Amino acid sequence: MNKEEHKTSDVEEILNIKDLVVDYETEDGIIHAVNGVSLTLGKERTLGLVGETGAGKTTTALSVLNLIPNPPGVIKNGEILLNGKDVLKMTEKELEAMRGSDVAMIFQDPMTALNPVDTVGQQIAETILLHNEGISKKEAMKRAGEMLEVVGIPASRASEYPHQFSGGMKQRVVIAIGLSCNPKLLIADEPTTALDVTIQAQILDIMQNLKKQYQTSMIMITHDLGIVAKVCDEVAVMYAGRIVEYGSLRDIFKRTKHPYTEGLFDSLPNIKERSARLNPIPGLVPDPTVVQPGCAFAPRCRYATEACKMAVPELRCMGNGHYVACSAYDDPNFKIRKGEKVDG
Amino acid sequence: MKQKTHAAEHTEEHAQSRSMMQEVWRRFKKNKGAVVGLCIFLVICVLAISAGFVYDYDTQVVGGDVTQRLQSPSWEHPFGTDEMGRDILIRVIYGARYSLSVGVVAVAIALVIGVSLGALAGYVGGITENIIMRITDIFIAVPNILLAIAIVSAMGQSTLNLMIAVGICSSASFVQISRAAVLTVRNNEYVEAARAIGSNSFHTVFSHILPNSLAPIIVQATLRVGASIISASSLSFLGIGVPLPAPEWGAMLSGGRAYIRDYSYMTLFPGLAIMLTVVSLNLVGDALRDAIDPKLKK
Repeated sequence: MNKEEHKTSDVEEILNIKDLVVDYETEDGIIHAVNGVSLTLGKERTLGLVGETGAGKTTTALSVLNLIPNPPGVIKNGEILLNGKDVLKMTEKELEAMRGSDVAMIFQDPMTALNPVDTVGQQIAETILLHNEGISKKEAMKRAGEMLEVVGIPASRASEYPHQFSGGMKQRVVIAIGLSCNPKLLIADEPTTALDVTIQAQILDIMQNLKKQYQTSMIMITHDLGIVAKVCDEVAVMYAGRIVEYGSLRDIFKRTKHPYTEGLFDSLPNIKERSARLNPIPGLVPDPTVVQPGCAFAPRCRYATEACKMAVPELRCMGNGHYVACSAYDDPNFKIRKGEKVDG
Repeated sequence: MKQKTHAAEHTEEHAQSRSMMQEVWRRFKKNKGAVVGLCIFLVICVLAISAGFVYDYDTQVVGGDVTQRLQSPSWEHPFGTDEMGRDILIRVIYGARYSLSVGVVAVAIALVIGVSLGALAGYVGGITENIIMRITDIFIAVPNILLAIAIVSAMGQSTLNLMIAVGICSSASFVQISRAAVLTVRNNEYVEAARAIGSNSFHTVFSHILPNSLAPIIVQATLRVGASIISASSLSFLGIGVPLPAPEWGAMLSGGRAYIRDYSYMTLFPGLAIMLTVVSLNLVGDALRDAIDPKLKK
């Protein structure tokens, strides 16, 4: 089993986030969006960042580009090493050079991610022009046309405007923009959420193929476990601004350790037993303005004990790069009851 | 059947592929008043431009034939002549050059000042925005004419200073409008996307934010040209605008004041010229506002 998992530690590290803390300081209080996230990503690997809305996935991703809107966002602590260089210490000039060429981002909603007054060709060429000094406009437009072909759109459509494209086509254009400067890391923030299911599959296929072709690492932000299973090598499950479980795809899906991850799986509809009710995780995501002394998931956790409410559990290694943050594993005999029926 | 759907798709594609400008023009054309206004304005522009080639400034526009003074409108002098025997028609036509250039240049000055400050305020926010907007409030609180008089008196009387004064007075409204427009656009995802591909603030504002906030600014500019013409004429009427003996419409009104009982045409025609120009511009501006408003899209 371990061939695949050992590879993780051997490959060259492209991104290393250490203890990232991001707050949004609003008038209504401080929102603790990310509370100490640490991550590493190897070359040509795909990391899935999974969690509910408000878990801090997008904030973590934006931090990699140092694009947290400030105000209100403040990066309180942490290091983000991109190829060994700390993104948070870069000057504005270095950041501009890095964004788009080293790290590219694909946004959630292709309907709004394209500028309505420029043609799609211009928008792809813009990235190329920004990161290739001395390239002529004509040449950039030509390469933009080539990028369109790469994502399966005829180059002749480069002179058309975003409103002339369908949602799936627009997302292809966004992918073309993202890959136009051959980035080392591609961050995809729920790239298929706004698309219908058949188009989702197409877009994911394109992304996977291009990722291989361009030898890019990828962070896939999603709340769809199906997408995770399809594209990711490693998975980090986030809850309330923390990573609660981290491991290879197999670890997360087959050897689930954290009660929250378990809840995510249990809340999926079961095709074999269609009469069964869905098993949602009870309760709501905690208010991010309130700092809780203990495990943030404890109020919703069916295994929670008094001890859970006392201290925030640290990530502990469960072997082979599989980490979980749950104090229940203090007891060596503890096992989650994944897949078992819960009462009601 | 298959062909039919294909054809339907094709026409739909065609309808979609109209650019925004074509779409605006299509809706603009539906408004009869606007088309009339645009025609009048274009005629005035053509007259103003050709006047410089057709008439001789020294003999026909400024210099008069004293034997012909104070003639009523006739075939020879359709608008009559003034107290110095100058043909009022020629002077009114020539005056369009002043009014239009003052209106357009003043608005251009206002655009440059107003849009850059407004965009800065909207994009940067915080203290910068507060300072800019409070100063704008002060400018808006002072009556435009009073402010313009103050500026012209401070800088001296000349056509250029008149343009600057009127331009500065108009810029406050552009600051407000462009700030509001930028605020609505700056949080769009494509602005964030632009920054994510490494575009700097300057590039982001000028190639992503401003082009998307142009609509209200264009409308305001059209309406403001009319208002600037009135301001400039008012200042000339008060004797601190375009220096005499240039045939500025406001100055002609002022000159005809003394003769208004017996020779009312001396004030009537320049007044009509001002009215016609401003009305045509306002018709165009109003129609543009309606045409650009996507909510009225049918």
